[in-house]
Amino acid sequence: MTLLAVEGLTKRFGGVLAAKSVSFALDEGEMLAIIGPNGAGKSTTFNMVGGQLRPDGGSVMLAGKDVTGLPSRALCRMGVGRTFQVAQTFLSFSVLGNVQMALLAHHGQTRQLLSDAAVMHRDAALALLDRVGMAAQAGRPIGELAYGDVKRVELAIALAAAPRLLLMDEPTAGMAPSERTALMALVAGIARAERIGVLFTEHDMDAVFAHADRILVLVRGEIIARGSPEEVRADPEVQRVYLGHSGTRAAGRARRPVHG
Amino acid sequence: MEWSFLLVQALSGLASASSLFVIASGLTIVFGVTRIVNFAHGSFYMLGAYLAVTIVPWLLEFDRSPTLFFVGVLASALVVGLLGVAMEMLLLRRIYRVPELFQLLATFGVVLIVQDLVQLAWGPMDIPGPRAPGLRHGVTILDQRFPAYELFLIVVGPAVLALLWLLMHRTRFGVLIRAATQDREMVGALGVNQAMLFTGTLFLGAALAGLGGALQIPRISANAHMDLSVITEAFVVTVIGGMGSVPGAFIAALLIGLLQAFGVLIFPKITLVLVFLLMAAVLVVKPWGLLGRPEAAAGRAVLPEGILDPGRMDWAGKVLAVVALAVMLALPLIDAYAVKVGTEVLIFALAAVSLNFLVGNGGIVSFGHAAYFGLGAYGAGLLVVKAGLPMEPALIAAPIAGGLAAALFGFFVVRLSGIYLAMLTMAFAQIAYAVVFQWVEVTGGDNGLVGVWPSHWAASREVYHYLTAVLTLAAIVFLRRVIHAPFGATLRAARDSAQRADAIGIDVRMHRWLGFTLAGAAAGLAGGLYAFSKGSIDPTLLGIPMSVDFLSMILLGGIQSVLGPVAGAAAFHSLKDFFLPLTDHWRLLLGLSIIAMVLVFPRGLAGAFASLRRRPA
Repeated sequence: MTLLAVEGLTKRFGGVLAAKSVSFALDEGEMLAIIGPNGAGKSTTFNMVGGQLRPDGGSVMLAGKDVTGLPSRALCRMGVGRTFQVAQTFLSFSVLGNVQMALLAHHGQTRQLLSDAAVMHRDAALALLDRVGMAAQAGRPIGELAYGDVKRVELAIALAAAPRLLLMDEPTAGMAPSERTALMALVAGIARAERIGVLFTEHDMDAVFAHADRILVLVRGEIIARGSPEEVRADPEVQRVYLGHSGTRAAGRARRPVHG
Repeated sequence: MEWSFLLVQALSGLASASSLFVIASGLTIVFGVTRIVNFAHGSFYMLGAYLAVTIVPWLLEFDRSPTLFFVGVLASALVVGLLGVAMEMLLLRRIYRVPELFQLLATFGVVLIVQDLVQLAWGPMDIPGPRAPGLRHGVTILDQRFPAYELFLIVVGPAVLALLWLLMHRTRFGVLIRAATQDREMVGALGVNQAMLFTGTLFLGAALAGLGGALQIPRISANAHMDLSVITEAFVVTVIGGMGSVPGAFIAALLIGLLQAFGVLIFPKITLVLVFLLMAAVLVVKPWGLLGRPEAAAGRAVLPEGILDPGRMDWAGKVLAVVALAVMLALPLIDAYAVKVGTEVLIFALAAVSLNFLVGNGGIVSFGHAAYFGLGAYGAGLLVVKAGLPMEPALIAAPIAGGLAAALFGFFVVRLSGIYLAMLTMAFAQIAYAVVFQWVEVTGGDNGLVGVWPSHWAASREVYHYLTAVLTLAAIVFLRRVIHAPFGATLRAARDSAQRADAIGIDVRMHRWLGFTLAGAAAGLAGGLYAFSKGSIDPTLLGIPMSVDFLSMILLGGIQSVLGPVAGAAAFHSLKDFFLPLTDHWRLLLGLSIIAMVLVFPRGLAGAFASLRRRPA
């Protein structure tokens, strides 16, 4: 069933048309990647879907409801989780505290004045950390973690709101290659197990072609190609403007895991 | 009303606007390049006036010519510019990388030092300046007399704007100033000599303030209150115009000058309220001012400054708390004076904890917390003196008054962040101060009101001390509890990353607003208790020095800790109480201490205590 339907999204910055009538749809449990060269409008499109930018035109429908231009806190309550290109966490909190905070927000308990935040949702937070493989680090200050681990915690934070849709802006940016593969496999596993739709942008072609169910190619604000990894890989226009030689090799190298 | 009268009113508004612009332009240029809001800008203005009333009459002894008058004015401005250079080299370059709260406090330390030095050099009396030769006459405009000097001032503003424009667009120094205002990191990366650029900028900014002050001497006597009165107006102008924007400052100065000139005809007593409404309206529509640009969040400190982990009290902390409590309760065994000081320490401890609830826990650097303290005191005091109510309902009204004021001001405050937020809180506090000061029929104006006494049962110092202890400690324990509760954690989360907080579904602005209101209510309760302990209220309770006292307390106690501010309040107030009668130069001492704390001791008493305990035995 269609989870996210984006129709004719348009955004203009001064004289630059950053996104020109972008339309796509995303099903439950599906992983959809937006790729394209720098300045293609990936982040703009992404931020319009995620509520950080208000579109000049077009609409965003989430499970049949119009959510165009809603702020991201409202989207969160409707089941949209989000990770950022540069991981955003609460630096003064412990790893566990970060996830507990997300759970407090999810349960609408942020205005409680007297209860003890440190003991609330402890077990649920530990369970979430366990799912991203970070339970052993729960007690550490998040500022001490390696960046790849921070990204895992950020995923746990996003999952705390029990999202139906995950928005991940360059989930593997700034990570070591071995960490990238592991993180993408983790995301893919969780998405498929829980029927969460994942929309992500990515520069790492290995990650894209290994895990995306479908791919959108954005160039200068317009979608120039869309389809399965095989179709996109074979598209001569995509090869010409974006993948080039090494990209095409990477796309060919990546093996998509078979799944049901 | 006659047209000629309106015209004269407009001209006098333009003259004020012009003077205000000259001062504010310096402030906004310095901010643009250094990202420091220089409190001492008002001190430079005051120094300009004092220097001019010294230099200009001396020059006019030789020849009463207009030329020598203006030579004297320019010489004063240049000397002030050099003082700006001294300040940059001695202080500012040490604090470019510290959190903005510390920068503000350090420059305020300079304000205090200059206040005392000016009194040492020129004495406590106002010094009238000479009138400008050649511009002493009045000009007749449509049958109305108008001073020629004011007409001259109207020309000065646009002239300074034009000169600044030439400087900014036709010289290398000016281009660098503009570049640094847009992107300081990039200018540094391009290999520009930053030290020279910053020193030069301080020279320019200070000289403009000095020029503004020196030009005022035919209109107003040089006096010891010029610094803080002008800095508020200059802050308002830069906030409305957009910080770092010289043309924005010009537009804002015009708006404010004209608003005051005509506002005085319609609401003679509350021109400041009109300024407040203008500022509020601008900030709602354009949070970064008319021509300002959003502050880039990038390049900020990696770790949030403030409470990192509220932690649990360990045994040492508990012992310390019990001992402190026992001392507080045992004070009546010593003498009446100890009880008086103890009562005040408790009250200030609550005020400091409520401020640190915002600063340390919420990252909301309020520079006007005294407003809520003072309005709580006035809320309680007015009920007793004017409405004849007893103490009990008045003490209930105090936190309500503080909370309502904080809710009203906070609605605008929480839309901003960082330095803009700090300036806005201070501007609001000054407006509250001005209302209390000007509304003589109700508030007693400068003298305040006397007769705010406790009810009969609490009339003795000892009983009132215990009453204060119960109420303040209950409030402090409550605030500590809130810091550990989800609400306190949410404020910390929003401080650490507003973007992440938003993404997990937190309405950041609303939570910050509620937090601001809660802190204001707690400060209001402290203010109400203070009013009854003194038996009187007066406007100094809302003044900037009071806000700075509170900030010094939390800085001394350590903003990283939950209860450090209690220790800070006790230490600060005891020291002040001890030294104030011994010295004529308390402000000098306090100013130097604040700067010393910022430079060498930024984590406060609690930080020192913690590192002492962490050291292996």
